[in-house]
Amino acid sequence: MSDNAAIEAEGLVKHYGKTKALNGLDLTVARGTVYGLLGPNGAGKTTAVRVLATLLRPDGGRARVMGHDVTTQAGAVRRVIGLTGQYAALDELLTGRSNLVMIGELSRLTGKAARRRADELLEQFDLTDAAGRAVKTYSGGMRRRLDLAASLIGHPAVLFLDEPTTGLDPSARALMWDIVRQLVADGTTLLLTTQYLDEADQLADRIAVIDGGKVIAEGTPTELKASMGGQRLLITLAEGSDASVAAAALRPFTTAPIIPNDWDRLIEAPVTATDGLATEVVRALDAAGVKVNDIAVRSASLDDVFLTLTGHTAEENAEENEKQEVSA
Amino acid sequence: MTAVTLSPADLTTERSPLLQSLGDVWVLTKRSLARIRREPETLSNVTIQPVMFILMFAYVFGGAIGIPGGGGYHSYLVGGMLGMSLAQTAPGTAVAVVSDMETGLIDRFRSLPMSRAAVLTARTIADLLTQVIGATVTALVGLAIGWRIENGAGPAIEAFALALLFGYAFTWAGVCLGMVLRSAEAAQQAGFIIFLPLTFISSAFVPTQGMPGWLQPVAEWNPMSSLAAACRQLFGNPNPAAAVHAWPAQHPELAVVCWSVAMLVVFAPLAVHLYRTKAR
Repeated sequence: MSDNAAIEAEGLVKHYGKTKALNGLDLTVARGTVYGLLGPNGAGKTTAVRVLATLLRPDGGRARVMGHDVTTQAGAVRRVIGLTGQYAALDELLTGRSNLVMIGELSRLTGKAARRRADELLEQFDLTDAAGRAVKTYSGGMRRRLDLAASLIGHPAVLFLDEPTTGLDPSARALMWDIVRQLVADGTTLLLTTQYLDEADQLADRIAVIDGGKVIAEGTPTELKASMGGQRLLITLAEGSDASVAAAALRPFTTAPIIPNDWDRLIEAPVTATDGLATEVVRALDAAGVKVNDIAVRSASLDDVFLTLTGHTAEENAEENEKQEVSA
Repeated sequence: MTAVTLSPADLTTERSPLLQSLGDVWVLTKRSLARIRREPETLSNVTIQPVMFILMFAYVFGGAIGIPGGGGYHSYLVGGMLGMSLAQTAPGTAVAVVSDMETGLIDRFRSLPMSRAAVLTARTIADLLTQVIGATVTALVGLAIGWRIENGAGPAIEAFALALLFGYAFTWAGVCLGMVLRSAEAAQQAGFIIFLPLTFISSAFVPTQGMPGWLQPVAEWNPMSSLAAACRQLFGNPNPAAAVHAWPAQHPELAVVCWSVAMLVVFAPLAVHLYRTKAR
């Protein structure tokens, strides 16, 4: 194991009855980087974070955080980590400031230092005006910010963010992203779980796609997208056009079969990009008597990577898997 | 953004582990007290409820309940009410523990470099403080309906101390209940289901002599009966249990101590174990 790694996991296994939440998870996160764990609900992201944050004992494998073993040196791990879970872990009745001071004192700060850090963080996270109000009066975005501030109060070297923006509106989400970027600039190592591909794309230096409790692909966002090789063709047909006729006309251009949706006039297919591709596609469709409203050729997105790797989209089945993950 | 503004002098890591643990307990006890300040109605179970129960039993049921060996029901009642007003804080303890589990706050605590036992210890200390309020309210309402301390201050202090010892031990049972249940509603209901027979199948409100023969041993060995008998004896109030031959009725004070120690020995380590291993 290298000294440079903030987080190292080897073959982590965690069972819940017959369910294997983690099924041999390997992970190496370099210091001072943002690492994205990307996967649908139920993939094992939260379980992985809980094992690394010493909340769960793995059934197999081992993991170290800043060189400390998560099972045998849990106390040392807890001194260097911060954890922000999916649900704001705050005392609803206490004020925002009281919450921060309490968590600061429990993070081994003196009372004086905890109060000073609390005020600094309230200022930085734009919560000074709400500092004296009970947390139950906070909006969702404010809670997340306070929760994040709480996990930063002891200045952790490694921060775990479990789905930091799930359920936030777009502006609160953008604000969280800004905060995360600033944290990294400050040298904190960040392990971020998300089911949003754009989030991983925007924030992470490296991404591990996990499904079924293990890593199924790993690399930088660019590498992952490049691994899909090629471009995507997007066509919107005019009303009344026959999608199956269009699909047949497009067959010479695509690298995988198209499954047309009769109820949907949008066709999406992987293609190999060549000069003049769009022109030829339009000619072919016109020859087949298909009218086109819109045509675009774009690079593969992480969505495509995800779909190809897991056989389902990130948000698909999220609802039914959610219970599993929560009870896990 | 979070410029490093922490120096070694800002950290308590140089302190001994014991001092650190005590510090954690203090921080979390302050938290529980701050919660009460913010939502004083949570104290209704140690303020309004004892008043209601005492007045109801004294004036609704009291006239129909005869005390074997003589004595007024009002003087009899307070010894039993004291135990009830302390024991009935346990479901509240369970609810508080479940709520912390549900909000994820306990997860946060478990990820901090803090004492493992501090969270639960602080919870029980805060509940002990509310029980002091409950005991005070019970005594004041008792005085108002004609109950008196007949044996002097020493034994009376002993009675309150026994009641609080028992109440504190019972709180740990509440913590365990909170650790094994999944929702505040379930904790509330389970507390009710356990608590109601525990207080009613005892000599807390009625002498056991009037119960059917098969039920009498249950009531006589119920710790609530021992506590009620011990308090009555120490306050110098009517104590029909003195005429009962069961061992706890003959040695109520020792019985209360035994029950309390037994509950502490079982439930406190169990609660800490559940807290450590809880995988949610």
